[in-house]
Amino acid sequence: MSALQGGGANPFVGLPASFMTPGTSSFRDFLETHQPDLLPGSRATGLTGAGDLAPHGTTIVAATFEGGVVMAGDRRATMGNIIAQRDIEKVFPADEFSCVGIAGTAGLAVEMVRLFQTELEHYEKIEGSTLSMDGKANRLAALIRGNLGLAMQGLAVVPLFAGFDLDAGIGRIFSYDVTGGRYEETAFHSVGSGSLFARGSLKKLYREDLDAERTVQAVVEALYDAADDDSATGGPDVTRRIFPVVQVITADGGRRMADEEVATIADRVIDGRMRRPDGPAAELEGPRR
Amino acid sequence: MSMPFYVSPEQMMKDRADFARKGIARGRSVIAVQYADGVLFVSENPSQALHKVSEIYDRIAFAAVGRYNEFENLRIAGVRLADMRGYAYDRRDVTGRGLANAYAQTLGTIFSSGGEKPYEVEIFVAEIGDAATGDQLYRLTYDGQVADEHGYAVMGGAADVVAGYLKEHYAEGSDLTSALRLAVAALGHSEAGDRVVPHDDLEVAVLDRTRMQPRKFKRIRGQQLTDLLGPRGPEQPGAPLTDDGATAAPAAGSATDDPADPTDTVSGSVAPLEDPVSGEPLPPVTGGAPQQGTEPAVGPSTPPPAPPA
Repeated sequence: MSALQGGGANPFVGLPASFMTPGTSSFRDFLETHQPDLLPGSRATGLTGAGDLAPHGTTIVAATFEGGVVMAGDRRATMGNIIAQRDIEKVFPADEFSCVGIAGTAGLAVEMVRLFQTELEHYEKIEGSTLSMDGKANRLAALIRGNLGLAMQGLAVVPLFAGFDLDAGIGRIFSYDVTGGRYEETAFHSVGSGSLFARGSLKKLYREDLDAERTVQAVVEALYDAADDDSATGGPDVTRRIFPVVQVITADGGRRMADEEVATIADRVIDGRMRRPDGPAAELEGPRR
Repeated sequence: MSMPFYVSPEQMMKDRADFARKGIARGRSVIAVQYADGVLFVSENPSQALHKVSEIYDRIAFAAVGRYNEFENLRIAGVRLADMRGYAYDRRDVTGRGLANAYAQTLGTIFSSGGEKPYEVEIFVAEIGDAATGDQLYRLTYDGQVADEHGYAVMGGAADVVAGYLKEHYAEGSDLTSALRLAVAALGHSEAGDRVVPHDDLEVAVLDRTRMQPRKFKRIRGQQLTDLLGPRGPEQPGAPLTDDGATAAPAAGSATDDPADPTDTVSGSVAPLEDPVSGEPLPPVTGGAPQQGTEPAVGPSTPPPAPPA
């Protein structure tokens, strides 16, 4: 490869030697050797308190149902007490059978998602086969781990990963911490500032026998409850018709639920809240008086 | 101290070109055909896992003949280049032309550098646009030359015969079914007669602009391929190596087809199915495997072969 060394400076003339070097099928690992400045984690400065400089994404909710999984995210990004954006998207398809939603520093989160999407597609093209569900979850953990330096500066990114496992035939959900810890969740989970309220809400609303549409309604209810009690989470914006981004993934692949479909479900939720602002009531055990 | 033989630059380039051309001619052909909805690739490849046609990016595909390890290396480099560019800029900024240029520079550098052996590969880079007029098909040869192809293109072993068949029968703007049937018939065509290429030996893929996903590359196999091919006669696998050369029209003189000899001018009319890993022809079914893995050394230290009489 000696003759190729000269091409290393400009990637668009010839193929630089590192491109022709056999080895990794991971895009992140390739960037690390070829162009590390493109990796988010390489920009840690060692300073702290950068958290207030950039917008933050807030609440993501995911829940499984028979034959699939749904993920939804509210549309608000905040910067301190300011609403930085009211129609931000925080839930993205990762590949055909999985999606990722990210809470935390919005700019880094979007970059992380792009890196993760490229990582999965890159592997698929190089190896000719897709990663297993656990493989994908572990790759995302590695990307988050690489971001630890930035997280210490206050620029944390915390994803929620969900997808349909073709081998097991079920929807699965994985949560993460800033150190790259990976935890599989059963039934439902939520991350972000409003996650406590969303999780409490889902505890009372979620049932395993719900179909896809009812599961979406349950997560929209959960986001409503999160927005109700957390100032950083945006509720359904009825005047601007801005509703949560919802991804539904089944054995047929993932799709983003059309805005009109989500609007219909959100309107149903809002109607219910008009009558009972606290949302659907759960049954208590024991005889009724 | 021994003096190295002097090799004139013309002779050296010719030797290297002969060597590369010979390696490429050993494999079976790959066909690219432009049809109404995109670009179709068809190749005869007995391996289901080691592909000759692959996806590079959303609208870009790659096909190659020759030595597997060499074109696989180029393919991976292309995927890396495309993914890098798409990540650093935007998905729309990854173009087939940029990729073809990068390949051309790389192949050209390797071909003209004295130290390395030239790559024994030939490559197609195809890109589809929003309409058929925007489709691009580039052919890159072992020495880094780029050609812009239109309608159809063939590379590999019996490229001339197959291209002749396509030239006669190709129609612009045909649908997938007729384009596929044409390409498969062309693959089975040879001077000795036509044969039906077995279903399992076909590697078929398309860049299809009607796909809803951003990634337009798709392999066609299994039942879908059977349905598209329609009823055909009994399948006839490619001729074994023992027949090789028997049907070839011999050149003037008593030249024979010897794969180990880069200077001979004869090759069989039907190239043998090559080993997908090494790119070497498969040994004949009967008899022992001939030793063909030894490549003649090239470079200034090798005396030039005697020019043919």
